[in-house]
Amino acid sequence: MTDDTQRVSTARLLDRSDERVKHADTLGNTIRAFVDRVRSGDLGSLPVVVGLIVICTAFESLNPVFLAPNNLVNLLFDCSTVGVISLGIVCILMVGEIDLSVGSVSGFASALVGVLWVGQDWPVAVAIVTALMLGAAIGALYAFLFNRLGMPSFVSTLAGLLAWLGLQLYLLGSSGSINLPYGSPLVNFGQMLVMPPVVSYVLAALASLIMFVTGYRTAARRRAAGLSASSLSRMVLKALLVTIVLEFAVYYLNLGRGIPWMFGLFVGLCVVMNYALTRTKWGRSMSAVGGNREAARRAGINVRRVYLSAFVLCSTLAAAGGILAAARLASSSQQAGTGDVNLNAIAAAVIGGTSLFGGRGSAYSALLGVIVIQSIASGLTLLDLSSSLRYMITGAVLAIAVIVDSLARRSRLSHGRA
Amino acid sequence: MTAIPDVEHVQGEPRQPVLSLRGISKHFGAVSALTNVDLDVHAGEVVALVGDNGAGKSTLVKILAGVHQPTSGTIAFGGEHVVLSDPSTALGLGIATVFQDLALCENLDVVANIFLGRELNPLRLDEVSMELRAWTLLNELSARIPSVREPVASLSGGQRQTVAIARSLLTEPKLILLDEPTAALGVAQTAEVLDLVERVRARGLGVIMISHNMEDVRAVADRIVVLRLGRNNGEFEPDVSNQDLVTAITGADENSVSRRASRRRAHQSPEIGR
Repeated sequence: MTDDTQRVSTARLLDRSDERVKHADTLGNTIRAFVDRVRSGDLGSLPVVVGLIVICTAFESLNPVFLAPNNLVNLLFDCSTVGVISLGIVCILMVGEIDLSVGSVSGFASALVGVLWVGQDWPVAVAIVTALMLGAAIGALYAFLFNRLGMPSFVSTLAGLLAWLGLQLYLLGSSGSINLPYGSPLVNFGQMLVMPPVVSYVLAALASLIMFVTGYRTAARRRAAGLSASSLSRMVLKALLVTIVLEFAVYYLNLGRGIPWMFGLFVGLCVVMNYALTRTKWGRSMSAVGGNREAARRAGINVRRVYLSAFVLCSTLAAAGGILAAARLASSSQQAGTGDVNLNAIAAAVIGGTSLFGGRGSAYSALLGVIVIQSIASGLTLLDLSSSLRYMITGAVLAIAVIVDSLARRSRLSHGRA
Repeated sequence: MTAIPDVEHVQGEPRQPVLSLRGISKHFGAVSALTNVDLDVHAGEVVALVGDNGAGKSTLVKILAGVHQPTSGTIAFGGEHVVLSDPSTALGLGIATVFQDLALCENLDVVANIFLGRELNPLRLDEVSMELRAWTLLNELSARIPSVREPVASLSGGQRQTVAIARSLLTEPKLILLDEPTAALGVAQTAEVLDLVERVRARGLGVIMISHNMEDVRAVADRIVVLRLGRNNGEFEPDVSNQDLVTAITGADENSVSRRASRRRAHQSPEIGR
């Protein structure tokens, strides 16, 4: 009976007038639609969730410390530095370009903060702002090379990788590293500061509340406009699930030291970036340029400016990640930003579901991907494996992630989902 | 050519063209795609641009859309001399274009494509209003789009074409350029597009339509401009005979079309005579 009334009421909706389209209005249909989507190659965050479960069970069975609250807290501290860099990578991948120099830029920024703050006695805030601005300038330089001189980003950033590494070594000079003072706000932020439990519980509740309220208001507006909208029960169910998961995670982490403020900053950046990418005109232009550059240009989008914003954001976030890494290690060293930082940041974005081919991605892929990457790193460190093995395993994971991306893309194309 | 009697115009005023091209040339390296092309389009007039493959029709449309810049020549829009340096300039002036390759972003959904570059509320996209407007536009075109929230990649060629046409109508343009608008469309959609062209004309807009389909051209055009090898090759009324039009397009009385026609006549005449 209710089924019939529903059918009558949906028949009049503007976007439900075509009988060929399947609509997921019941729970069973929702699950079926999800399975269909996955089979056609629209994987979303499924590989990450599956990957995390595999990683957790594997490492937990090898070393029970892995899932201990304090180890997870450390994991979150480590996630934040690479994660912020990875967020920049998401931006540049959205427009279908690449920045291979994020590691060097982060190392350069950390060296600069060390030299200006400790070496030259500048106020720490001024040193940080200077480093961020130089990061932005590096991005602007790449954009100039790309837009005006037609230099492929792959090559210009590869050149940058060497150049900024050289600059970092030059800045640090013969000493090779500068220790940042313990007890200073920056180092505390990178090593110690955690949210009071109450704050973390409230923030988690607030997140699901905001999600529910915006969802409810959108649904109300859509219903008023005669468009289909998700049902109240479904939104309540979703909000409850999110609340339970978040509050449990918070509870578990609070059994240890608690949730780092640095991780809070990273998640905050992800939320802002997600909003910018999905709900603003700028974000739409980013996807459009990544999907079909010429079509975007003909639609009147200033394609050069979009590329400029992507390069600048990527380098600035790389510099920010470098500063956070310096705070985390309490030092600016020659090793900062070298080794696997570069590839971890790129791998995190790709593992999280941002396509290397442009036009598809989400800010949250940086968050999810970096948790996967850091879990592997943390698990391997706990097993006391040498860095040679760590590199090989991380490399294999990246390869698998890219294979999944390519296969999913091929499947999407054949199923008519770009 | 003579004024078209059945179009409503502001009476008494001398007719000034919305768009007027003088001596437009475009070279791609050693190839001259266009040489000294003149073209006028008045308000409330449908000009059909016809010509063989490689005649320069699409190049001309791209120049008007701001995609290419002419090597020489002048463009006057609304009586003023303009330089169409990029697509946004052309869009800003009120020249909307439906490109032959449609220029859609396949990774974006229908709503995002229709509003690309002209999103409502840039800092907090108004998805509900955009979706409503998209449905209104698509329904005006009697489009059969299953869902506007699916990426364009999942649509058929004809559906994509309708989306591209809907996009050109979004902003109230003064001049619409349609490059092969009915090429991928079914019978009903073709009729809708032709109706639409007439509605657009009735609203006093200028329309340039490229088509290879002479039936469509005759059905809606007020004037037929022929291009051949990048040059003007005659202007015709829509009641011109097929023979004359084909001659102008191919550049010879004796051409493959006439040869084919005479072969058919020769083939059929014995049967008629029986």
